[in-house]
Amino acid sequence: MQIYKQLPGLILKRKVCRGIQAACMLCLLTLPVNAQESEPLQIRIAMISLDEKPHLPLSLIDLPVNDPAVPGAQMAVKENNQTGTFTGQVFDFNHYLVSEDYPVEALAQQLIADGVSLLVADLPIKELLTLADSVDDKGLLFNVRAQDDELRNQQCRRNLLHLTPSRAMKTDALVQYLVWKRWQDWMVIVGRHPQDQAYLTALERSAKRFNGKIREVKPWTFDAGSRRTDSGHVLAQQQVPVATRGQDHQVLVVADEADEFGEYLIYRTDSPRPVAGTQGLIATSWHRSHEQWGGTQLQRRFFKQSGRDMKPRDYAAWMAVRAIGEATTKVNTADHDQIRQFLFSSEFKLAAFKGLALTFRSWNGQLRQPILVVGPRMLVSVSPQDKFLHQFSTLDTLGYDQPESGCQAFNQ
Amino acid sequence: MIDNLFTAGGVCGILILSIPAHAYSIYVSNEKDNTLSVIDSENLEVVETIEIGQRPRGLTLSDDNNLLYVCTSDDNHVEVLDLDSHKVVNTLPSGPDPELMALGPDGKLLYIANEDDNLVTVVDLETNSMTTQIPVGIEPEGMGVSPDGKWLVNTSETTNMAHFINLENLEVEHNVLVDTRPRVAQFSPDGSEVWVSAEIGGTISVINVDTKEITTKIKFEVAGLQPEEIQPVGLKFSASGERVFAALGPSSRVAVIDAVNYEVIKYLLVGQRVWNLDFSPDGKYVFTTNGISNDVSVIDTEKLRVIKSIKVGRLPWGIVVRP
Repeated sequence: MQIYKQLPGLILKRKVCRGIQAACMLCLLTLPVNAQESEPLQIRIAMISLDEKPHLPLSLIDLPVNDPAVPGAQMAVKENNQTGTFTGQVFDFNHYLVSEDYPVEALAQQLIADGVSLLVADLPIKELLTLADSVDDKGLLFNVRAQDDELRNQQCRRNLLHLTPSRAMKTDALVQYLVWKRWQDWMVIVGRHPQDQAYLTALERSAKRFNGKIREVKPWTFDAGSRRTDSGHVLAQQQVPVATRGQDHQVLVVADEADEFGEYLIYRTDSPRPVAGTQGLIATSWHRSHEQWGGTQLQRRFFKQSGRDMKPRDYAAWMAVRAIGEATTKVNTADHDQIRQFLFSSEFKLAAFKGLALTFRSWNGQLRQPILVVGPRMLVSVSPQDKFLHQFSTLDTLGYDQPESGCQAFNQ
Repeated sequence: MIDNLFTAGGVCGILILSIPAHAYSIYVSNEKDNTLSVIDSENLEVVETIEIGQRPRGLTLSDDNNLLYVCTSDDNHVEVLDLDSHKVVNTLPSGPDPELMALGPDGKLLYIANEDDNLVTVVDLETNSMTTQIPVGIEPEGMGVSPDGKWLVNTSETTNMAHFINLENLEVEHNVLVDTRPRVAQFSPDGSEVWVSAEIGGTISVINVDTKEITTKIKFEVAGLQPEEIQPVGLKFSASGERVFAALGPSSRVAVIDAVNYEVIKYLLVGQRVWNLDFSPDGKYVFTTNGISNDVSVIDTEKLRVIKSIKVGRLPWGIVVRP
């Protein structure tokens, strides 16, 4: 059993799913022809997250998630190990929780020294880039959190794959649907945080691409305040009509990634308009309302394991570990270079309950994927929409396509 | 072009169909409507719609063709429909979320894939009780019994394997790694091969039953379609074993495959999202369920042309022909 050194400011959360024990159910079954009779191949995966306070959703109906992303990876480790019983492979998984002031470089060096080169990164852009640069060509990183478009462009890294869709993919998905509906005139209400501004930038790009019209951009100027208030509705009822009064529009698009006010807008707007964007009708990689293409199984399996619904970060982490499993099944090695090579080959096809095979973009390491367009309680549509065509893959109508990508690291 | 016209549901009135002397019925499960559509072979029209349990999918006929087993997935059981009275006469325990099933060689046992629990459930049809549950890979789906009754092949969609279950001791004895998201497993009539479709992988693996090795992988290519749209799901051998008809999902095509040299002879344009298919008793026609266009396409197997589309319920899924 591998012992990991405890570093200051670093919590080794727990050891989960050490191969054989975890994959107990199928142990009695015989091995296939290609299985290794001798020592099973060990594939070691580390997941790195920030030790943060859980986000409190504005709506009281949404429960705070105390363990983002990790259960998704754990479930995929179990699945890989189940397949591993047939193929003679064992997946070893450790989760590292780092405090915000902890030097990520030190952890990277520790992991590399321990021979762990497959890293699932549930980190914001700053920590993610530090980790990627410290690991350099000695490992392969799977981004399951950072949506930043610059990570798919100028700030891309050769050793960094993105399972989570970029902001641009999400706004493209939403805008395609709005344009398909011919709801092309929008007012945008934007929050005070940098990520809200980044959402607006992505939206402006999507509007230009698909012929949407932003008639007016207005900031949300009221203080966010606490989520639980007596008579809070009176205040919201007064504020929202003021904030949403202006140029005529068909849809009110809200840019509030921080989840501070977007939920207040619905049913309170000055004119009777639907709300879309980061609240109301949203674009997302995963949602509880999605059960098409066998999605029922993933939703049920996750709930059974984790006692809560699967969220987009769980889904991205699940895909990351499943992608590793798909690769090792075929290449039968834990070598990250060979795994990377396989993931970019035409052989790699990830089944992720989206109705078609998901693959990586060769120019920036982004996973191509359909994006769900959902209301608060129901799936509304799935983008790319009909009639948005592409010469190679309609999935490449979402996000930065090859000709427009500013990523150079993948050219070598 | 002709195919196109008929899939569009347009000009069918001018057709004269030479229908065989032996009339038969086609049963289609409508996943969204919780009904079965019954199509009569005389006029190729829906003659009855039967209310059934929730989310009906897989369909299997009893040995004597008098009963129809229907996986009603959201009710977590299998309903038994009497085909003379069209009444549900029984329900079978199946384990959760049954999707596809296969009848044992003597017609006494039914093997059911439970997607949620990674199990294959064995039901004794004489006592209507569950006798065994066999653990398999994640998300078991396709089920095929060899003609000699020795093997049951089950596919697991997330483990990407075909599991060979020995029907004497009900143990998994071989596992064959196939392509991503395997769906349907079908034995050739002579029992020498089992064909496994992989929905996301976009291939059909041909497995030699003696060696348990993949001898060929059949790939598909349709001009003007992006490769990820081609997703093989349902497949059926002709009685002679010379041809296989494979439903290619969202590509809305059925591939006609020469089963001797493993080459695609023709792609036929059918309705949207073609899922499953079955032959008429005389082998002259193949009927396909087209989920999104809510219809059944009729293929003339000699001319290799689509000759009619029949409107059924919403999201047609499973299909069987009762002689």
